[in-house]
Amino acid sequence: MTDVTAPMLDVRNLEMHFPLGGGLFDRLRIGRKGPRLDRSVVRAVNGVSFSIKRGEIMALVGESGCGKSTVAKTIARIYKPTGGELLIDGEDVANHDFAQMLPVRAKMQMIFQDPYASLNPRQKVRDIVAEPLLQQAKGAEARREVPARIEKLLARVGLNAEHAGRYPHQFSGGQRQRIGIARALSVTPGLIVADEPVSALDVSIQAQILNLMKDLRDEFGLAYLFISHDLSVVHHVADKIGVMYLGFMVETAPRDVLFARPRHPYTRALLSAAPSIKAKRDKQEIELTGEVPSALSLPSGCCFRTRCPFAWDRCAVERPALRDMGEGQAVACHLIDEPERDVA
Amino acid sequence: MTEAAKQPLLDVHDLRTHFHTFGGTVKAVNGVSFDIAEGEVMGLVGESGGGKSVVGFSILGLIDSPGKIEGGQILLDGEDLVKAGEARLREIRGREISMVFQDPMTSLNPLHSVGRQMDEVLRLHSDLDAQARHSACVEMLESVGISRATERLRAYPHQFSGGMRQRVVIAIALLARPRLIIADEPTTALDVTIQSQILKLMRRQIAEKGASMILVTHDLAVVSEMADRITVLYCGNVVERGRARELIEAPAHPYTRGLIDSIPDPSNRHERLKQIPGTVPDIRNLPQGCNFRDRCPRAQALCAEIEPKLSAQRGSLSAACHFPLNPGESA
Repeated sequence: MTDVTAPMLDVRNLEMHFPLGGGLFDRLRIGRKGPRLDRSVVRAVNGVSFSIKRGEIMALVGESGCGKSTVAKTIARIYKPTGGELLIDGEDVANHDFAQMLPVRAKMQMIFQDPYASLNPRQKVRDIVAEPLLQQAKGAEARREVPARIEKLLARVGLNAEHAGRYPHQFSGGQRQRIGIARALSVTPGLIVADEPVSALDVSIQAQILNLMKDLRDEFGLAYLFISHDLSVVHHVADKIGVMYLGFMVETAPRDVLFARPRHPYTRALLSAAPSIKAKRDKQEIELTGEVPSALSLPSGCCFRTRCPFAWDRCAVERPALRDMGEGQAVACHLIDEPERDVA
Repeated sequence: MTEAAKQPLLDVHDLRTHFHTFGGTVKAVNGVSFDIAEGEVMGLVGESGGGKSVVGFSILGLIDSPGKIEGGQILLDGEDLVKAGEARLREIRGREISMVFQDPMTSLNPLHSVGRQMDEVLRLHSDLDAQARHSACVEMLESVGISRATERLRAYPHQFSGGMRQRVVIAIALLARPRLIIADEPTTALDVTIQSQILKLMRRQIAEKGASMILVTHDLAVVSEMADRITVLYCGNVVERGRARELIEAPAHPYTRGLIDSIPDPSNRHERLKQIPGTVPDIRNLPQGCNFRDRCPRAQALCAEIEPKLSAQRGSLSAACHFPLNPGESA
């Protein structure tokens, strides 16, 4: 119906700011001019743009607090973005209300990190997987087909028909994640937002789930937005990667370009910090000190300058924009203008 | 090489820690043996349910009912900790052996300042006066990379970030200059850039103080960067052990091979990961014979009948397998 070459997901300048919680008295401040209300906001996502084509896997990486999960939840419209556009299959859903979102949810589903918390313990597997289908199915005809479809879905993710009558607590973590995947697949979406889908799993089970997710992509032409902090996992699944820091996209590139030639100091630090089973390479190219600043008061200029070993006065004044470097790579760093400063 | 000549610092022999539950006896640790020389880092690796954390708790005598150490010896310099009374264990904890836990928020007391929690260790385990204890705490906090230490001693755990809290926990663990540190997933809750800071700190501190360490983790990559030797646990048994590089590069046990192959590796371009089929069996009713046989591609009739014993393989490796792998062979 829509243009097949159009991206499945197109995010433009997405912004998500949360007002600080707490009641009236928590936020009351007495200043020189009398009492006033503290209106601080947590700037979780600050103008992030990217797009994902059909059948493509894009990964967002970064440390805790970098806003990658907020991006995922905002795209899944668990949150309503405070700014920017969010196009799913060509339709801007940034300001859709709940009812308007329902047909969109047939095109986009989510897989969550914790397979223990994301399945209702009081529902049988059959009902968990059927839930999105029943929301979408119109008429008795469509509803009659649901049981057969569930059986097929469970088989596809590697569970038996007899599992359909059991409750989530009767399954291991890996099996639960398979149930979560079956639920997401039930409405044959074009896009799956997966927020740390394998982080809670043991490494041998993690490999099973990653293989399953890749097989499903090939079979159904799914697009994934894959959120992870684990660079080796991201390298394995992703076609392209976005690196986030404090709610900004600092670098984005196709997988092989990013791993072969990371340009942003933060990307380089992340890559060199990741432990590896390989014999010692000459790593620790860039070693970071200190920790991520608070999203309540972002640093002026470049968000990374407080931990960047190369930062100079320009970084405190001017916020670098993402700039195209060719081969699909884009970097937000002033070092590009002055490469002579890049000496560790 | 010279390990046999010298008496090891810690010698765990045939340790059995069982939990008696209504659902049956859980043999969480079922005949685990290993030893650690002075100044050595031993990695204890395995998946959830392998029994690796229970080994750590058993060494410190921290097994509560319904758990019980049913047999075996834990020899610290020849003294059997299994037989030691609670009073003796209290002397040992913190002074001879100390522990770093996974979650620094739950292992620090939120109601006491960091300084008070550090001071407690020295009050119990040294005869320094208050002034000397204070300066020892300041010095230790600085050595784990916390600046403005005098000021920070008055701060409470919630005023530190996760990485800083773990530094405090490490500082506490090192204060009484213990000879052995048991670190149970010390960096699992941390981000990679913080993880690499903490691992480097632990390495340096251990080398400086000449202590030994048991590093309990599920992360083979972390262990391969830190440990001198590795012990792999599966369902409460040691399935393989040996020198770290040898074990990572050419393991003899199919389970170890499977674990290593499951890690996505940026330098090889296999489109599919090699996976270990199935899941860890329920340790309340383990299969007869080899525990791993249901998931093992090399399993034969013999594996269902006789449980393999840990036996010497090539080089420094020992493995509990009837059909061990040759170097370069895949599982």
